[in-house]
Amino acid sequence: MDIVVLIKQVPSTANTRMDPETGVMIRDASETVLNPLDEHAITEAARIKGRFPGSTVTAITMGPPAARRVLLEACARGADRGILLSHKAFGGSDTLATSRVLAATIRKTGGFDLILAGEKATDGETGQTGPMTAAFLNLPVVTFVNRLDVEGDSIVARRIVEEGEEEVLVRLPALVTVVRDINNPPLPTVRQYVIAKKIIFPVWGPQDIGMEEADAGLKGSATRVAKIFSPRLSRNTTYMEAGNEAKMAAAATAILEVLKGRDLMKKGEGHGN
Amino acid sequence: MEIKGNIMVLAEVRSGNVHSVTYEMIAWGRRLAEKTDVLVDCLVLGTGEGDFEELIRGGADRVLVVSPGMPDSRLATPAASLLVSAIRGERPDIVIAPATTYGRTIMPIAAARLGTGLTADCTDLDIDPKDSLLMQTRPAIGGNIMATIKTPRTRPQMATVRPRSIKPLPADTGRRGEVVRKDYSLEGEWQERFISFIRSEEGDANLESAEIVLTGGKGIKSRDNFKQLAELAGLMGAGLGATRDAVEAGWAPFSCQVGLTGKTVAPKVYIAAGVSGKIQHLAGMITSDYIVAINEDPKAQIFKVADLGIIGDAPMAVQELTRAFKSHSEKGEGA
Repeated sequence: MDIVVLIKQVPSTANTRMDPETGVMIRDASETVLNPLDEHAITEAARIKGRFPGSTVTAITMGPPAARRVLLEACARGADRGILLSHKAFGGSDTLATSRVLAATIRKTGGFDLILAGEKATDGETGQTGPMTAAFLNLPVVTFVNRLDVEGDSIVARRIVEEGEEEVLVRLPALVTVVRDINNPPLPTVRQYVIAKKIIFPVWGPQDIGMEEADAGLKGSATRVAKIFSPRLSRNTTYMEAGNEAKMAAAATAILEVLKGRDLMKKGEGHGN
Repeated sequence: MEIKGNIMVLAEVRSGNVHSVTYEMIAWGRRLAEKTDVLVDCLVLGTGEGDFEELIRGGADRVLVVSPGMPDSRLATPAASLLVSAIRGERPDIVIAPATTYGRTIMPIAAARLGTGLTADCTDLDIDPKDSLLMQTRPAIGGNIMATIKTPRTRPQMATVRPRSIKPLPADTGRRGEVVRKDYSLEGEWQERFISFIRSEEGDANLESAEIVLTGGKGIKSRDNFKQLAELAGLMGAGLGATRDAVEAGWAPFSCQVGLTGKTVAPKVYIAAGVSGKIQHLAGMITSDYIVAINEDPKAQIFKVADLGIIGDAPMAVQELTRAFKSHSEKGEGA
């Protein structure tokens, strides 16, 4: 099995705090991490590699030069090699342009059975890059996967959807986006990092993947951000002191009134599910 | 002047039936159509059965039914392929779909095939009076910033729209429209086979679409108290949420987690019991219509985003709410 994992570096949320005046989130942009769901994608790739000796795992990321750090982490977590897509022509890519770049890279390197990606990244939260990349490669895609089994030349994937879970059988090659439930990524060991550090990551631009510069970056993007604004964060809070049972009972009544006022009490008949 | 394309609304088809979220999407389509003077076409893929007239009463001008012996509407490749054929045939100016697992899977495939832009999980749509472009507004960076996105050069302008971002229109029995059978065919083959669907027994599968969400945090203090909170959620008809702390304490499964690494919810009423309001949690619920916070620490950050702030013990609030709900049901008011 030759597996590709699409990964992304995202701003860390660990040190995020809120501006008490404006309610705006302040984060240290210099601090980035591997997108949390991508840890699960890499762990899944490593698990499959373990089952099929001789498999390879290639991590691909697009980003600034510093994004090689997430490739290093991917290799410490089980990838064999990494490719960094970093070039000024890639800057400002929307999901369409990003997917075009990723698809061109996969086409260039070629010969893969399975492509894995996190269902979405914590910064953009679009979940579009996986399915779009699959579409550019003319591959089937299975999204929101929480269980994956390779069986012969196919996979059986279980997806978590609104009202339950569904299973599909897909002939390989295919692209799969995973959710957090799929596995528990172990922390990489120091030894794994030491080995990963010896891996050299090629840095590719548009020429290396046979792509016109105009198809990538802002030029190759179909969407434009027209406006950015802060939503209503601080509300006119009504406070109720509820330091004893009588006061709490009054607070409970106030909550019931809120629900009644919004016509939400009709379904209140304890149906238990 | 060139003929303006219509607004195409993709119906959500689940297990062969048109799901109610479709009516919300039609309501968005109607709102946009009022400003652009075009038709709202509701596209139903993969099922030929259903009360399509109801979609017209819900605000659609035409219902386009495409069901060429499709094996299963759930498979992404054939569904996306039909969507692409329908878009090529109908040439809509705008295509919207619900931001469900269905819409969020097949819309990106279609957008990539058509080489056009797609904006995910919009909470507001409008038409810019200056350039007539679709203004697609969505929360970014965990709901802390709103971004308005446009698709200036390519067509159609595509967006997935968050469920519950609009109310469906009241059914208008006098509305007239057309139900049109379209025979767009499936091109090519697909390598997917549907195996099974297992309906979830747990209520949390619907957490993201619940109208009320009741979330417990560390301030619930014990597993037993959390169980009571879960029972209260059932009594209220609320989705059960949990903070990361509560999940890590083993009080609730990860599927209940609300926040940056868990689910994003935007119910009509969000009740946070014993939740401190870390930014990671706020990111998952900040766009809720009305927020009730219960916490014994008056300085807890959760109060900054609350409409109603109750300063007190969260387990006690669970008890009192349970009592209040039971007496409400006994009075028969809810029947």
